[in-house]
Formats: sequence, C-alpha cells, structure tokens
Amino acid sequence: MNSEAANVALTGWQGANIAFWLITIVVLVSAFFAALSRSIVQAAFALFFCLLGIAGYYVLLGSAFLAVTQIIIYVGGILVLLMFGILLTNRPLQRDLPYSLWLYTLVCLSGLLLLAAIETVIMIAPWHQAATISAPASDVRPIGNMLLTKYLLPFELAGITLLLCLVGAAYLVRRRER
Amino acid sequence: MDDVILESALLIFLLPLAAFVLLGLFNRRILRRGDFIATGVVGVCLALSLYVFLKAWGSPDPLLVNLTFNWLPMSATFNLPGGVMVDRLTAVMLVVVCLVSFLVHLFSIKYMEGDVRYGRYYAGLLLFTTSMLGLVLANNLLYLYVFWELVGLSSYILIGHWFEKKSASDAAIKAFITTRFGDVGMFIGIMICYYQAGSLQYADLFAAVETGTLAGGWRTLAGLGIFFGAMGKSAQFPLHVWLPDAMEGPTPVSALIHAATMVAAGVYLTGRMLPLFDPPTLLFIAYIGGFTAIFAATIALVQDDIKKVLAYSTVSQLGYMILALGVGGYVSGLFHLTTHAFFKACLFLGAGAVIHAMHHEQSMSKYGGLRHKMPITTVFYLLATLALAGFPGFSGFWSKDAILADALAFSMLHGHWFLPLAGFATVFLTAFYMFRQFFLTFTGKPRDRHAYEHAHEAPWQMLVPLIVLGSLAVVGGGFGGWFGGMNPSRSGIEQVRSFNAIGYSSPFVSKALEHAASETTREAAHGEGHGPEAEARHQAHYMAMALSTVLGLSGIFLGALMYLQRKDGGTVFSPIAAATRLRPAYQLLWNKYYLDELYMACFVMTTRAIGWASALFDRTIIDGIVNLVAFLGWAWSYIVEIFDRYIVDGLFVNGSARTTSYMGDRLSRTQTGLVRQYVILTVTGILVIAGLCAYALYKT
Amino acid sequence: MNELSLPQLMGFVATHPVALPIYLIVAAMLFVLGLMACMLRRNAIGILIGIELILNAAILNFMAFWRFRGGLDADPTMSGPMFGVFIIVLAACEAAVALAILLNLYFNFGSVEVDKMQQMKH
Repeated sequence: MNSEAANVALTGWQGANIAFWLITIVVLVSAFFAALSRSIVQAAFALFFCLLGIAGYYVLLGSAFLAVTQIIIYVGGILVLLMFGILLTNRPLQRDLPYSLWLYTLVCLSGLLLLAAIETVIMIAPWHQAATISAPASDVRPIGNMLLTKYLLPFELAGITLLLCLVGAAYLVRRRER
Repeated sequence: MDDVILESALLIFLLPLAAFVLLGLFNRRILRRGDFIATGVVGVCLALSLYVFLKAWGSPDPLLVNLTFNWLPMSATFNLPGGVMVDRLTAVMLVVVCLVSFLVHLFSIKYMEGDVRYGRYYAGLLLFTTSMLGLVLANNLLYLYVFWELVGLSSYILIGHWFEKKSASDAAIKAFITTRFGDVGMFIGIMICYYQAGSLQYADLFAAVETGTLAGGWRTLAGLGIFFGAMGKSAQFPLHVWLPDAMEGPTPVSALIHAATMVAAGVYLTGRMLPLFDPPTLLFIAYIGGFTAIFAATIALVQDDIKKVLAYSTVSQLGYMILALGVGGYVSGLFHLTTHAFFKACLFLGAGAVIHAMHHEQSMSKYGGLRHKMPITTVFYLLATLALAGFPGFSGFWSKDAILADALAFSMLHGHWFLPLAGFATVFLTAFYMFRQFFLTFTGKPRDRHAYEHAHEAPWQMLVPLIVLGSLAVVGGGFGGWFGGMNPSRSGIEQVRSFNAIGYSSPFVSKALEHAASETTREAAHGEGHGPEAEARHQAHYMAMALSTVLGLSGIFLGALMYLQRKDGGTVFSPIAAATRLRPAYQLLWNKYYLDELYMACFVMTTRAIGWASALFDRTIIDGIVNLVAFLGWAWSYIVEIFDRYIVDGLFVNGSARTTSYMGDRLSRTQTGLVRQYVILTVTGILVIAGLCAYALYKT
Repeated sequence: MNELSLPQLMGFVATHPVALPIYLIVAAMLFVLGLMACMLRRNAIGILIGIELILNAAILNFMAFWRFRGGLDADPTMSGPMFGVFIIVLAACEAAVALAILLNLYFNFGSVEVDKMQQMKH
C-alpha cells in the first residue's frame, strides 16, 4: 500500500498541481523575506519574485490578462519605482533606535493569531465550488468589452485618478529654492 | 332712674379718661396746652357727681346701682367679672374727688403758669382723677386693685414732675415703692379672698363672711393683707415715710393727692371692706391709727418747711380716720375724711399761694408778717387752721369730736385706753403746731425783707379755690346730719347700713362688728338706739366735746405764747430756748426718729447687696457660659476650616485635579508619534475584539 | 485514520486539484505577512512593500473567488479580473504619491526611518 501510494505520488501529479505548488513555494518564501529581512534591498528583490509568483497564480486562475498586467505595472512600474526610492534614500543603517524584542514578539504573536483566526474561518465555512472550468481562453476581448460598457465609469475615474496622482506627485517633489 | 345714675357714673369716669388721652397725646398742639379742657371736664364731672349725690340721699334704698358684667370671658370655674356700684359711700367720694380735683385744676392754671411740662402736668392730674373715680366706682376687688395701682402710678408721675431735681425723682420712687410694698400685702389678701370665697365681688365676699366660707385664720390674714395695702396708701406707720418726701411735687398736687384723695383711698378701702375684718384685725387697725396719729404729730412740731408740717399733719389726721374705723366708728371716720379733704386741701392751696408769693421759698424761717400782703389768703388759711385744730363750730370740730367720742365709748366698754389717750393728746399737739405755723407765716415781722417786698396777693384763679374750700371747712359740719352719724342715738349698725348698702342684709353680719361697734346685737337688729351702747356713746360724746375743746384752746394758747410776736418782736416763751433745753428730744423729732436711716440700712442696702451679687453672678457665670458657647462655636468652625482646607480642598479638589493631570500626562505618552506603534496597537486591538466576539459566539 | 505518511500525503496532493480554501489560505498568509511588514519595518519603503503585499493578497482573494464560482463560464462580465485591474491601477497611483511624500521626508529629515519622525509626539 505504501508503495502504491508512493507510485501514485510519483506519477499522479497533474500539471496544474505542480505549477500551483511550485508557485506557492516561491510566493510564500519571497513574501517572508520581503516582510522580515533586515536589508531593504533584499526585501525589494524578494518582492519582485513574489509579484512574479502571484502573476503565475493569475494564470492558473484563468486570467492571463491580469497576469500580464501585473507584470507590466506592478513589477515593471511600481517595483521599479520602489527601487528608485531605495536607491535615492539609501543611507547606512544607523543603530540609534533599539530594536524592541518585546515588540517583535508581540507583533509575531499577533500575526500568527490573526492567521489562525482567518484560517479557522476559511476551514469552517462551507464553500460551494465549481469543480472544473473550461480551458482558459483569451480574456482580453471580454475585459476590453467590460471596460467600455459595465466598468466605464470606474475606468474613467481611474484614469483621472492616475492623472491627479501623477500631477500631485510631480508637484510634491519639485525643486525648492533653499 | 337707676339707668340715669349708671350713665352719670360712667360719664363721670369716662370723661376725665377721654380728656387724659387727648391731653396726653396732643397737649403740645392744643391752645394753652388744654388746661381749660381739663378744668372744664372735671367741672362737668363735679356737676354730675353732685347730681348723683343728691339722688343718693333722696333715695330710700341706699344702693343705687350694682351692675356686674363679664368683661373677660373665662371658664365657668375661674371667672373674674367686672362691675360698677353706686351707693351713698360712692356718692360722697365722687363729690369729694371731683370737687377737690376741679379746684386744684383751677388753682394750677396760675400756680403752674409757664412750667416747662404744663400739658403733661394736666394730663397727669386727669389720669389721677380718672383712676380715683374708677377706684370708688368699682364693685369688686379686681377693679379696685387695678385703679389702686393706677392711682399710685399717677402719684409717681406727678410727684416726679420736676424730675430734673434728684430729690424729686427720688421722692417719686420712694412713694411708689413704699406703697407698692403695702400693695404686696393687699394682693395676698385679695388672693386669699378669691381662694376662699371664689369671687372678688364685694357682695360675694360679704356673703362668704356671713356663711362662714371665709372665716378663721384665712379671714384674719385676708383682712390684715388688705389693710396692709391701706396702710401703704394712707401713709400709716411704718409705711408713712413717703408722704413727707412727696412734698417735692408741685403744691397743687400735694393738695389733691396727698391731702384729700389718694391718701383717703386707704381709708375708703378700710371702710368698704369693714365687714371682712374680724375683731383682732379691727383692734390692730385701731392701734395702728392711734399710734400714727400721735407719732406724726410729734414730728410736725419741729418742721421748718411749710409743706412738711402739712404733710405730717395729714399723716396724723389719717391716723385719726383709721382709728375711727378700727373702733367701729364707721360714720365718724368717713365724715372726718370729707371734712379733712376740705380743710387740708384749703391749707395746701393756701401754702401754695404763699410759696408762689414768696417766689418758691418754702422755709418758714423766711416768712413772717404776710397778713399785710395777702389778706384774703390769711383769712381763709386761718379758717382752715381753726377747722383742723378742732375749734368749736368748725367742721373739723364736729368730725374729730365724733371720732373721739367713738374711741372713748369703745374704751369704756372694752378697755384699750391707749386709743382715746392718743387721740386727745394729738388734739393738743395738732392745735399747737398748726398755730405755730400760722403765727410764723402770717404774723410778726418779716424775716426775709427782700422776699417780703415782692410778695403779693394771689390771682383770682388761686383765690377762688381757697375761698370755696375755706367756706366748706367752716360750714361742712352741717353735712354731718347727712352722714347720719351726728345723732348719737343711731346705732353703729344703722350708721353703717345707711352707707355701705352691700352686705348688711342679714343680722349675721352684724356679728362682725360686735366687738368694735360696741353694742349688743339684739339692739342692733332692732335698730333702736337705746341701751348700754347708746348710753355709753351719749356720755362719751359730751365728754369728748368738752375735753377736745379744752385741749385745742390750750394748744392754740401755747402756740401763741411761743410764736406770736409782741410789738417788740419777741415772744413770751422762746422756742429757741425750748429747743436747746430739750435738745435730745428736739434732735430725735427733727430727724423724724431716724426712721429713714433705719429703712435705708435694713432694706435698701440689702437690696443693693443682692443686686450686686446677682450682677456678679451674671457677669462671671452667665457671661462665662455665653463666652464658652461662643468659643466652642469658634473652635468648631476652626476644625471645620482645617477639614475644608486639607480634605475638601486638598484631597478632593486639588487631588482630583492632580490625578487628572497626572493621568493625562501619562496617557499622552501614548501619542508617541510613531506610526508603526499605532498600527501595531490597532491590530492588537482588533485581535482582542475578535477574540471576545469569538468567545461570545462560542458560548452560544 | 491511518498513519499519514509522506508518500500518501504526496499522493493525495498530487491527484487532487487545488481547492478554494488553499488559495484563501495562501492569500491570508500573504496578508498577514504584509501586515507584519507594516508593523515591523522601520524604513518607510519597507512599509510600502508591506502595503503592496496586502494589496496583492486582496487581488488573489478576488481572483480565487471568481475562478471558483465558475470563472468565465459563470461570470462573463469578468468581475474578478476587472477588480484586479483597477486595484493594480490604484496601487500604482498610491505608490507614486507615497514615494513623492517619502522623498519630501527624506529631504526634510535626512532619513527615511519612520521612528525618527516623531513631530506629532505629544
């Protein structure tokens, strides 16, 4: 029986499963590093990998468009911006403020507690799931369609918001006469 | 007819009262301070009282009015009704009071002219007149006592009229307190009467005596008590000391109050309450009267002040009246009261005229030869003096003689020879000192030339009263017939019954007078005048007449010898030589037997010591307690203040403020400005709340 | 229950397709990690990284729920991916503004450590 199970275990993997679990490993490990590493540069790089992994999730979940959007904007835009920020403001770490162990413990504990709480809820709740879905088709056309019909207003507002933020950000960092 | 009498009686009482209120309140604003109102009102009262008097004598029933009314509603067991009574005694008293009061009012218009308190003086006279009238109109002891006290109050006001003089205000206080002292006894007597008899109406009291409800020791005590009050008012020994000092008041006041009316109130009371007194009491009364008569006469011998002589003379004559009542000579005593009122008032007013002429000089050593300057005054003064001395034919002779006859008759039946002896001795002394006064004042050479030059006859307002009273002093003896006492054959009971209409309705009451009235009851009951009693009185009467005439004339003669100056200015016997020869006696008499000093040491000093001790007690103990209480209050407030400062302020107020600020300070440290910490705390808070909700859900 | 050995577990995992709860758990873990990054990092950019992690967890949740409701078949309006798109757009705006603020802070305080910015301390 063990051997049977082992057999199945070695040969029964489906492609999606393998992908999922590999991506999960990547995401979680890099998220861990992004959250808890000492160096901010390390954190940024870990975030890079994390975001890539999540893009992989989106593919598995049936929306390739979102995955690509994620890569282009999140990774290629936001992350780069963060990198620039780090580069511009990187100073040698000054050990002026003590790292409070008590605080650290409390935070970890509370985090774990929160996780436990959410997981309890997830496990208890009776989820209705659709078993299978069709092969992921191209979803660009539907998205484009939605953008201009159902989600027209949010689309426009998002555009305006972008404009406002860019103008605002540019204004905030203008050179001042000293 | 009775209603008219009642109305007249009430009017007689109320008119002076109304005038008193009017003058008392408004005298400053009325023309001439209202003296004519006062005089007019009393004049009207005089007319009314004459009317009442005539009606009383014409009426067969001696009692004209006896009206009792319930003026103060009380319980059935304790009730004090008031009342008015008019009988013959009342009628006589009304006339005497109104007549003398009217004449005094008239006299005072000139005598008190320009006085600083002229209006108040007249108000005082009116108050006195009202009170005296109320006193004689009362038919119960309560009203009598009320007006008795009012009379004393009026006397106080009038004696102290010139209260700037310390001697005058002292004299007023002395008079008031001495009579008050007597009134204490009277009040005790009244209370005993009420306690035993249950009522204060005269009729009820006499009925109680009759039935024996008020008898024995109680009756004696009641009688003595009431007589004690009479002693005070009528200046009998030992309560006579106020009367000479009362001469500090204006002379018309002395004439009205201290000669004719107020002092007569005691005699009136004794006469009114005569059935109440039992034989031992009556004997005591007689002795007091007799002793006072001779005692006062001796002091009058050496007095220098013209008014003091008259004052002691009044005390002496009052003693006569009291003596008469004590031995049962009801009528003679009251008759003498009437005649004495006339001539003594005349004498006082005459003295007032002299004092007024000599510019308020009262010492007889400064007088002399005034008959040339004041002839009319001299004549009527002489007439009054003769009446007082008992010169035959004058009114005083008749009344004094009646008293002496009664005293003699009493002694012939019951012994007690002191009484008539004192009476006769006093006749001699009275004649002597009165003529001493007359000779010193009106005859001889004037001793004070300066004053003599300015002396003048009195104005008509002062002369008319003198003339009226002097005339009455002469012819007043005729009234004796009206008094029904001049006929010696009439028994004492008859005499009394004709006057005091209440209480003599039964033969039982006559027993009360058995001892004093000196007749057998059987004879009295029959109302006949024959028998041993009548015989005794007959004999006594003529003996008394003869003896008193002799004594009186010899007294006048001795007085003339010593004081009537011959052409060369000297006298037959020198009074100075007599005084030096009898120096100790003279000293004793001059100092009034040192009685005032004795009273001062005994009573006045004791009272002052008690007062001083009380004041000390009050100062140290009472005030000490008050101070202690105040201190406790202060101490308590101090403690409270400490409490307030440290506990209330410190603990509660400041403490809460400090706590709040401390907590605020500590709590504000949560505002660290560290954003991370805010997030951490928020998350922790959410977890805690979520945990609680889960726990709650888990419980259900 | 039998002793669950590793091969058996692996066999189970291998044959069964991934279900909704797994996705949700992963998203939850991402969320918690992002929250902890916010709480623990002193560098302002570190806090931004945490925020990005949180946002991504949210998008993952949306997508998971969309897919396990039937995906494109059951919901042709593409609500899941649409949400994702908009969240990403807004995340970009927010990151831009955040970095602008951050640069200002850097110029004013000379450092990016949030613990140094205690101007609002009482």
